[in-house]
Amino acid sequence: MAEATANGLGQHALHATHAQDAATTAVAHAEVHQEHPIKLYLVVWAWLFILSTCSYLVDYFGLHGYLRWSLILIFMMLKAGLIVAVFMHMAWERLAMMYAIILPPILVLVFVTMMVFEADYTLLTRISFFGPGP
Amino acid sequence: MAETTLTHTDQAPRPEGWQGIAADWASDQRAFKNVSWGKAMMWIFLLSDTFIFGCFLLSYMTARISTRVPWPNPSEVFALRIGGSEIPLILIAIMTFVLISSSGTMAMAVNFGYRRDRRKTAILMLLTAALGATFVGMQAFEWTKLITEGVRPWGNPWGAAQFGSSFFMITGFHGTHVTIGVIFLIIIARKVWRGDFDTGRPGFFTSRRGRYENVEIMGLYWHFVDLVWVFIFAFFYLW
Repeated sequence: MAEATANGLGQHALHATHAQDAATTAVAHAEVHQEHPIKLYLVVWAWLFILSTCSYLVDYFGLHGYLRWSLILIFMMLKAGLIVAVFMHMAWERLAMMYAIILPPILVLVFVTMMVFEADYTLLTRISFFGPGP
Repeated sequence: MAETTLTHTDQAPRPEGWQGIAADWASDQRAFKNVSWGKAMMWIFLLSDTFIFGCFLLSYMTARISTRVPWPNPSEVFALRIGGSEIPLILIAIMTFVLISSSGTMAMAVNFGYRRDRRKTAILMLLTAALGATFVGMQAFEWTKLITEGVRPWGNPWGAAQFGSSFFMITGFHGTHVTIGVIFLIIIARKVWRGDFDTGRPGFFTSRRGRYENVEIMGLYWHFVDLVWVFIFAFFYLW
């Protein structure tokens, strides 16, 4: 009797494991393996080199003012976009994943705005208490 | 019974676009449908790391805006004398190229990992680690150079005192990330080389079987380190 129960339990456990295995395979099937042609990586790699050279040349030629800042930001965003989209495979993920990861860092811009005002105010008080600077 | 339900849920076509976002996040289910937990958790770790580096760059911005003293010109500070002439920022440019090269080799390693090419994957990962170590070595050279020139966290010979503290904090933290990345690259490369992901050998720390996806998860971390450098390069060195 006891043996039979144990056997029954064993069978039950076996069945449970089997179901779990099947579930795991199903999930594994649903997970996408990122396999893309090597050429794509080489093209992106080349672009990263070109963009880095461009941003270095901005400094080398000593560009100034808004031209310099806008060029730096453009090259930076292009490089970051290429790395995240292709090298980190974000371009092939579902939107739910993309938004979960990419939206929160964009909200940091609110913090940036707050700190720009705060820093301007600090500079203002420093100038009015200590003079315009050495 | 459970089997049927699970299979059924997994094979039903999922809605796309905004409806897809709502449907994926709604109710008691896993939000990231076709992403394994390992990958999702690495992404969430990277998100938190983004905030850490975001805060560093923010504090640097605040310090630079609010100081009355002129900021030292990075173009001159990081110039090197090569062949009798000063070349601006050249060391940082070389470091950038080294890190981008390592990102490329890592992307290749991930690709060959999924093709089950153990040899190429391991070699490319070790190459990535070597480039990463080169980067850290150049950073050590840069630190030594600046320290001998008198840069300290509390002051420097050229201008605003906050330059030193921002520099050591930001590049130091980034260098730490690169170093940790190199160590883990070597560990994963060894596993690939030995065929752990083919034989299902349990890991020494987690006792769980690894998969070739581990190479991609490692790749996510490494590309993130490169990504952070893109921002540091733009805001700290070029601005």
